[in-house]
Amino acid sequence: MMKYIKIKGLMATIASATILFSGASVNAAEEGMMHPESNGFTSTGIFGKFDIPSLQRGLQVYIEVCSACHSMDLVAFRSLEDIGYNIDEVKAIAAEYDYEDTFDDDGELITRSGIPADYFPAPFANEKAARASNGGAMPPDFSTLIKAREHLGFFSSTYGEDYVVALMVGYEEDAPEGVEMNEGLYFNHYFAGNQIAMAPPLFDDIVEYADGTPATLHQTAYDVANFMAWASDPTMQERKEMGLKVMLFMFVFVILLYFTNKRVWRKVKKGEDIDPSKL
Amino acid sequence: MASEKKFEPTNPTLKWVEDRLPIMGLIYSSLGAGYSAPRNLNYWWNFGVLAGFMMMVQIITGIVLAMHYVPNIELAFDSVQHIRRDVNYGWLIQAIHANGASMFFIVVYVHILRGFYFGSYKSPREILWFLGIIIYLIMMATGFMGYVLPWGQMSFWGAKVITSLFSAFDFIPFIGGGIVEWLRGGFSVGQPTLNRFYSLHYLLPFVLVGVVILHVWALHIPGSTNPLGIDAKGPYDKIPFHPYYTAKDAFGLGVFIIFFAGFVFYMPDFLGHPDNYIKANPLVTPEHIVPEWYYLPFYAILRVIPDKLMGVVAMFSSILILFAMPWLDGARIRSMQFRPLSKFFFWIFVVNGLFLGFLGQKPTTDIMMGVEALLLAQLSTAYYFGYFIVIMPLVSRMETTKPVPTSIAAAVLDANKKG
Ligand code: HEC
Ligand code: HEM
Repeated sequence: MMKYIKIKGLMATIASATILFSGASVNAAEEGMMHPESNGFTSTGIFGKFDIPSLQRGLQVYIEVCSACHSMDLVAFRSLEDIGYNIDEVKAIAAEYDYEDTFDDDGELITRSGIPADYFPAPFANEKAARASNGGAMPPDFSTLIKAREHLGFFSSTYGEDYVVALMVGYEEDAPEGVEMNEGLYFNHYFAGNQIAMAPPLFDDIVEYADGTPATLHQTAYDVANFMAWASDPTMQERKEMGLKVMLFMFVFVILLYFTNKRVWRKVKKGEDIDPSKL
Repeated sequence: MASEKKFEPTNPTLKWVEDRLPIMGLIYSSLGAGYSAPRNLNYWWNFGVLAGFMMMVQIITGIVLAMHYVPNIELAFDSVQHIRRDVNYGWLIQAIHANGASMFFIVVYVHILRGFYFGSYKSPREILWFLGIIIYLIMMATGFMGYVLPWGQMSFWGAKVITSLFSAFDFIPFIGGGIVEWLRGGFSVGQPTLNRFYSLHYLLPFVLVGVVILHVWALHIPGSTNPLGIDAKGPYDKIPFHPYYTAKDAFGLGVFIIFFAGFVFYMPDFLGHPDNYIKANPLVTPEHIVPEWYYLPFYAILRVIPDKLMGVVAMFSSILILFAMPWLDGARIRSMQFRPLSKFFFWIFVVNGLFLGFLGQKPTTDIMMGVEALLLAQLSTAYYFGYFIVIMPLVSRMETTKPVPTSIAAAVLDANKKG
């Protein structure tokens, strides 16, 4: 009975905690903002894996489209080896960019081409320049953007990559009836406040994929979002793979500990060591 | 079985050492077979060991992080990302440390509530209880300053909001006006703030270790209480810590590690805030500034009173009131197993605490169940304080309690007879 009451109280506590905090992080939705739907990215879930061909296509979209405005300061070319490029390919990608950060023996600034140890260069010299070219808005850096747009809850989560896909396809050429648009802003169903300073960056066939995949609007959005998710969390797959091993080991180990404990306690639990006459 | 055994090494080398520095005996009689504990401790008694485990985990991972972290407002954010991307297993160490703080608090909250339920704060364990509250306060300060270090948006704005609370004390002559500036090391949160928070975040865990040693020392004077709340005095009431509780703690620790690993490997960002993936920007205020989840109930209490000073006083009182518990509770029986009414109010207190936490992350102007969240928070805060000031003193003194077993051993035999 005692045990029953205790467990009841505990269950009620856990249940109320779950209900209370289930809505915790999904309350970001504002009025008029649509909720992104899931695209079933292969990287989400317990056995999440990176979809290498998609990441490579996403890199192409980033380089050819988004990198005109968005920096990605924390990603080095060398890490592209993780998404299936060999070192020569990485060298070739890095060499496409020029850097002005070294001096020759006379102390003159020289221009050199990129190497794998370099990081993706920013399109603008500084924030002022970035804003000046974008109607006063700042295109955010891509290094951690997916994580910054992720809302996790007990029952429903919105992943940053799903948000990016939604954002790419969520533009409306004409704002709906009754919405007063500000100068230079575009209507988007998924952006907070519905008015975004970024012109629709993607449309069908904006790139020609090296692997021949048809570059529809949705496909390019999916690929670039996938790539951005990798950029935000490049150790995701390694983390989940190690997690599986740790979990399997711990489950077996805990079962052994359970029986060890039970064995150790066998006599004492039943009170077999107690002499009732001496109580 | 009850008699405490002494450590008597037979190996001559060990004996030589032990005669000069009885350190093995110290360990033997505090965690080994030389320390005895009531035979009926349940799994709620595992949480102290779990808290100790988390403290070690935080210190070890923290020291490794400190080898790569850069306490500079331009570089801090990037250095944490560098840890996650480039340092060998840095992603693992960082995820353990960031989630470890939350695990530490979960464990400690259960540990504290275990104390509430089983009357662990009652005589003769008052000082043990006080040391626990001090540990909790140090943890709160450490966790807060740690959260500032990655210098994301929530780090920065959280630091700003929390330090500005101290302007409530501006009325104090001479020191008043300067407190906030003194805490921040300047007029606003910036480089000096980050530097001093880093220094203190490195220092406080070691202060914590010191207080934890006192806590364990104070524990070993009367020993643990137990679910029945009666003193262990008969020859069969106690059993040696090793192997019984080492085995039980090992199993509990294993289960806890699975829970912990679930967060580290599969949901490393679940307990964090997405805005902390954005570099701190003093010019952009986040839509809602929310503290880490473990401060939310107190944050809710803070906002309940519209007056700044009174809000801050209420928030601090909500923790300091724990110091008065040994006297607020006048029951002669420790365990709530035999105090049905106290038990009822206790569980409401727990659910109410969770509800306060829930309110802590909502804007006070939200409408919930037809009323403003502020009103709900006020009611909830009233219960929080009412529990200590009204319910506990009255119920503990007036309640009809259930019959208590004569001894732990008798209760064990009894339970086995019933099956
Ligand atoms: C012409 C410049 C330009 C290009 C090209 C561009 N963007 Fe943007 N982007 C912006 C600007 C400016 C903003 C800031 C918008 C605002 O704050 O209103 C932005 C914001 C964003 C955001 C953040 C939205 C939010 O929730 O705050 C995402 C995601 C994004 N862009 C994705 C992309 C992707 C993916 C591409 C490439 C396919 C791309 N952008 C190409 C200028 C650009
Ligand atoms: C009581 C124990 C401790 C608690 C509760 C605690 C809590 C925290 C928290 C909440 C963070 C923010 C993590 C993030 O968001 O990424 C953090 C970061 C950090 N802590 Fe601790 N910590 C503790 C002990 C220590 C110790 C002992 C050290 C060093 C010796 C340390 C060093 C660091 C460093 C360098 C960071 C910044 C790196 C990072 O953010 O990942 N911590 N800590």
